[in-house]
Amino acid sequence: MTNWQRFVETFFKPEMLRQYWPSIAHGVLVTVEIAAAVVVTGLLLGLLLASLRAYRWQAVNVLIVIFVDVFRALPPLVAILLIYFGLPGVGINLPSFVVLWLVLSLVLAAFAEEIFWAGITSTAKGQWEAARSTGLSFSQTLAFVVMPQAIRLGVPPLTNRTIAITKNTALGTVIGVGEILNQATAAQSFSGNATPLMMGAVAYVLLFVPVVVVGRWIETRFAWRRA
Amino acid sequence: MDQILQQFLNVDIMLKVWPLLLRGLGTTLYLCVLVIPLGLAGGLLVALLLISRNRLTHWPLLALVDLFRAAPPLVLLMLFYSGLPFAGIRLSPTAAVCLAFFCNTSSYYGEIYRAGIESIGRGQWEAARSTGLGTLATLIWVVLPQAVRNVLPDLVSNTVEVVKLTSIASVVSFPELLYSADMARSLTFNSSPVVLAAIIYLVLLWPLVRLVSRLERGVATH
Repeated sequence: MTNWQRFVETFFKPEMLRQYWPSIAHGVLVTVEIAAAVVVTGLLLGLLLASLRAYRWQAVNVLIVIFVDVFRALPPLVAILLIYFGLPGVGINLPSFVVLWLVLSLVLAAFAEEIFWAGITSTAKGQWEAARSTGLSFSQTLAFVVMPQAIRLGVPPLTNRTIAITKNTALGTVIGVGEILNQATAAQSFSGNATPLMMGAVAYVLLFVPVVVVGRWIETRFAWRRA
Repeated sequence: MDQILQQFLNVDIMLKVWPLLLRGLGTTLYLCVLVIPLGLAGGLLVALLLISRNRLTHWPLLALVDLFRAAPPLVLLMLFYSGLPFAGIRLSPTAAVCLAFFCNTSSYYGEIYRAGIESIGRGQWEAARSTGLGTLATLIWVVLPQAVRNVLPDLVSNTVEVVKLTSIASVVSFPELLYSADMARSLTFNSSPVVLAAIIYLVLLWPLVRLVSRLERGVATH
């Protein structure tokens, strides 16, 4: 057997590809579902927190800043293990995919809040004053004048952050969420062949390369053009 | 309430596992000292190769960078740690972690350096060259210092991410902080060790997170 054949037999064995592509495909579905859910809840919660912070209620803001700082500093895997293995001890049993969704959403919300808040504070004071003097209320000014600009400013940093956090769905394998990596490692230990793991890696790359390329485009498209 | 305190903030258990976690923290710091300089150096090399626009290396390297930014780090780690042995290459956990981190971090750092270098106008290069500095001297003394200053928030923020990322080494039984805490958790049937690990991570990283916020605000007002 030549080296090349051995390489193909180890990482791209045809029978293995045929046998395991359905489970990898199922993993892709789970990954996409959780990633989509994380993006929606994370960004919305981040937006909500940033808006709330704009009202500058001291007690609320302290809580928001603590939440944001904790989830920016804490490795997501620590939070995942803490919630997944800790909560059953106090009588709360959450399914593993719910834990993964919850933790990644909170992490994304923390980063998104910080990015939107930076956008809100960078809006010139004159914008607020002009909007208020036309008769808009504080909330209306925030929603219709300031937020649209803050969101636009936040697009490039938010894109990269969102990609990085959705990739963390792979961490779900540690608590047994049936996403791509989990399907791949399970299939690998069944089959005693590295092909399923390679299929998993290829699936991730196929899934995320377009996202990374679009992210690169968005970054240059929106960069340094401040309103 | 008592049950919650017992499960998450059991001081007796925390005191008992403290030495174990401290050793884990030491290993985490050791890992950081290994992978952060490696990533910074690899990233600089990637950025320089990318801006030199060498036709032979540009597209393959760009593809590689996107590949490593698309693959979740844990996937790379599993591939190197449990995939390579099938090809007869058995890496130690440390080597597998270092290799996976190198691929991931040098791609991210590379893109950051590149953005920094590209933010420096052609005029800087031309002015420095016309004073008699060579290309390398121009790069080192004129362009890089300004480039690094421009992307300092991103460099620090990425470094925070790398430190946080070291926690995935626990998956391949590398005895860092999270691994130690998780082992203590399964021995004591109590989550307090993981809470303690979380507190250690926060104490370690919170100042850096604050620094990132300050740097970002500083650059924004320029």
